[in-house]
Amino acid sequence: MIILFGIFLLTLLVITALAIVRSESLFAAVILTGIFSLLMAANFFLLDAADVALTEAAIGAGISTVLFLGALALTGEHERGSSKNRMAALGVVTITTLIVIYATFDKPRLGDPDAPVQQHVGAWYLENTPKLIDIPNAVTAVLGSFRGYDTLGEVFVVFTAGIGVLFLLSARSAGRTEEIDPANVPNRGLRHYLVPRVVGRMLIPFIFLFGLYVQFHGDYGPGGGFQAGAIVAAAVILYALLEGEAEALRVLPLSVLKWLVAGGALLYGAVGVTGMLLGGNFLDYSVLASDPIVGQHIGIILIELGVGITVTGVLLCVFHAFAARGKV
Amino acid sequence: MALAIDILSWVLLSLGGVFVFIGGLGALRMPNLYTRIHAASLTDTMAAVLIIGGIMLQAGLTLATIKLAAILLFLLLTSPTASNALASAAILSGVQPDEGPIERGRTSR
Amino acid sequence: MYYAVTIATLITMALALVRALLGPTIYDRLLAANMFGTKTVLLLSVVAFLYGRPDFLDLALVYALINFIGVIAVLEFIRLREDSNDARQGADE
Repeated sequence: MIILFGIFLLTLLVITALAIVRSESLFAAVILTGIFSLLMAANFFLLDAADVALTEAAIGAGISTVLFLGALALTGEHERGSSKNRMAALGVVTITTLIVIYATFDKPRLGDPDAPVQQHVGAWYLENTPKLIDIPNAVTAVLGSFRGYDTLGEVFVVFTAGIGVLFLLSARSAGRTEEIDPANVPNRGLRHYLVPRVVGRMLIPFIFLFGLYVQFHGDYGPGGGFQAGAIVAAAVILYALLEGEAEALRVLPLSVLKWLVAGGALLYGAVGVTGMLLGGNFLDYSVLASDPIVGQHIGIILIELGVGITVTGVLLCVFHAFAARGKV
Repeated sequence: MALAIDILSWVLLSLGGVFVFIGGLGALRMPNLYTRIHAASLTDTMAAVLIIGGIMLQAGLTLATIKLAAILLFLLLTSPTASNALASAAILSGVQPDEGPIERGRTSR
Repeated sequence: MYYAVTIATLITMALALVRALLGPTIYDRLLAANMFGTKTVLLLSVVAFLYGRPDFLDLALVYALINFIGVIAVLEFIRLREDSNDARQGADE
């Protein structure tokens, strides 16, 4: 029965994807992308992958929509005309699709317990998480401890992406943005602003609190650093949308944001080096305390904190870079 | 007692499902933007109250009930606000509510 | 019992998607996206109970918040665009 729900959602996904490709107004495409991401997250949820669904929800539906809108403010809103030579593209897409479909004939069935992915390393992780790390959420155990080096790479990828965006967007534009004279803007009145502002300002502390909950609850349920960073960034972005970007920069100035971006990755690396200094390998958490399991807990909490700090800093830096560049 | 709770939650869930479906149908079939906003937002909130209330009865007094109460509170706060902001923005940007019967073939601006 | 509510919610999500595809103005699409978001929250809550894993309710909470932020972001963007259009027209006159 759940499989039928999954198939239904996938059908809706295909329809949404076709609509995104075919729509000419990029604004509509952005909203449809938000719906796409919600469908994807519902699908992940039906497949019992809660951490991935949470990350897709936090980053795809909220933050991505905001960043796409920032990009739309810098560029145009309508797609330029499509190129004439579409038959070649159609041919390439058809051949690739047929190859991919042919490759899925050898796939094991969904949820097959004899599939190779369940046998070797996966089974070892599931067996040894209670013994070596003793936290209920095996995904966090794999992410944080067994494959901690990969996660270090991910944090540095996020860090590099943030730096790249800042480089690209702070290049000087050739005087393209015109100054908007406030005297020329007709008075819109407070009606549009009052209700969302009041309700939004009430909600922001709770979103922060929830972000902290997701951060530290990652050991026991779905959660962790990436999701928590996105949620906290979403709270500050909501504040910036309601009160104006200058206010948000007063609350969290860019210097603090740059410290956050670098500080999280630094924290992660510092935990690894501390492991080396205390006699173990790089990123070996067992030596951080006298009891190896307590050491693992301390290590996982610290690195998740590092991940969350970096993700928050990067998302907010990118948002401010977009918002400062284009005053529509 | 358990049977009464089961029947009550069954009734609440079914009513919630009916409201959800009515909302979807209304958003699709109503002729004008503002009538669609009306249909979507009213039924959203009512269905949320009924469905989450029904599930809370099934959950009893556990942590799940508190989380469901938090979800209900947030939905009650944010869904009407979003509809208000949407309708406000629409009227400030010039989408007119239609007056009179709609001829076939005319869509809202 | 949960299955009936899930089926109703899925059908409504399809109807909202049709409105998002059809809607002539941008506000129709935004309305459909908002409705989609709240229906997803309800779907997640019901299915979390169907699975018997109540600790998945965190996802529904995240959705309820993120949905709101997305709608406010789009509305702010529209408002800024209108303001700058009016300012440009005002400067042209």
